[in-house]
Amino acid sequence: MSLVERVLAGETLAIARAMSWIENDHPDKEVLLDALSAHCWRALVCGITGPPGSGKSSLVDRLILRQRRQGRRVGVIAVDPSSPFSGGAILADRLRMQDHATDGGVFIRSMASRGHLGGVAGATADAIKVLDAAGFDCVLVETMGVGQSEIEVMELADIVMLVLVPGLGDDIQALKAGIMEIGDIFVINKSDKPDASKVRAQVEYVLGLAQEQMHPPRPIVMTSALNDQGIDELAATLADYHAALVADGLLERRRKQRVARELQRILAAKVQERANAALNLERHLDSWVQCVMERRCGPYALVRERLQEFLQEHNPL
Amino acid sequence: MPKRKIRILIAKPGLDGHDRGAKYVARALKDAGYEVIYTGIRQSPEAIVNAAIQEDVDFVGLSLLSGAHNELFPEVVSLLRQRGGEQIVVFGGGIIPEEDIPFLRAQGVEAIFTPGTPMSKVIEFIESNRARVENR
Repeated sequence: MSLVERVLAGETLAIARAMSWIENDHPDKEVLLDALSAHCWRALVCGITGPPGSGKSSLVDRLILRQRRQGRRVGVIAVDPSSPFSGGAILADRLRMQDHATDGGVFIRSMASRGHLGGVAGATADAIKVLDAAGFDCVLVETMGVGQSEIEVMELADIVMLVLVPGLGDDIQALKAGIMEIGDIFVINKSDKPDASKVRAQVEYVLGLAQEQMHPPRPIVMTSALNDQGIDELAATLADYHAALVADGLLERRRKQRVARELQRILAAKVQERANAALNLERHLDSWVQCVMERRCGPYALVRERLQEFLQEHNPL
Repeated sequence: MPKRKIRILIAKPGLDGHDRGAKYVARALKDAGYEVIYTGIRQSPEAIVNAAIQEDVDFVGLSLLSGAHNELFPEVVSLLRQRGGEQIVVFGGGIIPEEDIPFLRAQGVEAIFTPGTPMSKVIEFIESNRARVENR
């Protein structure tokens, strides 16, 4: 059986290997993904993002349990950062989820960011497709600990949970652009800590300023993953939010946007690849640099000219 | 072509909760450029093997200080073989008497690193297996 058939049959070894192909840019990666894409869009993809130490992994652990109780198979992709110095990584999100290690209905994969900056890894979007095609009903994507602008998870998830905790700053922080704008569901974790209700009030205030423009309205859920509190409510909120997105055709629209971005990204990468090869960039880049440094030409004019040559050579007309 | 990233699972089987050694090794392997998956203490061989297969690791490093290595290490190797993970290289470390090492090696634990081993020995072991794991 081919790797594709084995993934579609839900075979663990094959799913794991397919993800490695994606991470390592295996020569047959594109063929694999094209074959799998005919079997996608069945899973609900939920992103879980928030600052380091806010309890994302523990929340994922608890959410897995709720999904399993409803008989759903769950795939998890948990991203941790790669070292900018050694390129190595410690991937320890799984540590909080090991209760599910022997459950055949759960597949957990740790992923290093490998230099990718948006809070997820470059391979995350394609790895989701593997889990989707393999028949997992729900895919939970846990980002690295994020700051204010790592918001790429919104480009690959159907629904984004933003996890906040007490002690991160005042209501002005909550007003700022970026991460605070991408949450569909706001989770205030560590609700047993003092000031948790204050965080809730701040989020309510910020959302309140724009809530009428938001459809569906953004729910806020208080949880304590460690004490297993609020998790049933969170799971129910996720289900309701999902239902609302489906009913209004919003899920379809989000997914269309996702495919549009993916196609643009693939096109840009392929054009760049072809142009680099055709212009023999590797060999000529030094002379281009020389040209600019010696003030013989400006960078835009140089690239425009070279690009013109490339396009003329490759224009069949 | 940059070298393929090597992935290593560091796990502690059994009931022993002393994880300083495992964490030290995990950290050092990260600094050597490997992707290290750390699953924490008190793991059953079954949980370790499932994690190793889902994570598609090249190596599994087992750390144990309790004395149960002669049972638990071979159990991990044998479960890996049953589940299709026979290409994964298993090594171990911890408080392991010299006289147990030949038995463990015969059971498929390819290297044992006892206290005082410099990290460079562990890295050397991994690099000496690079070609083998890259071609699986």
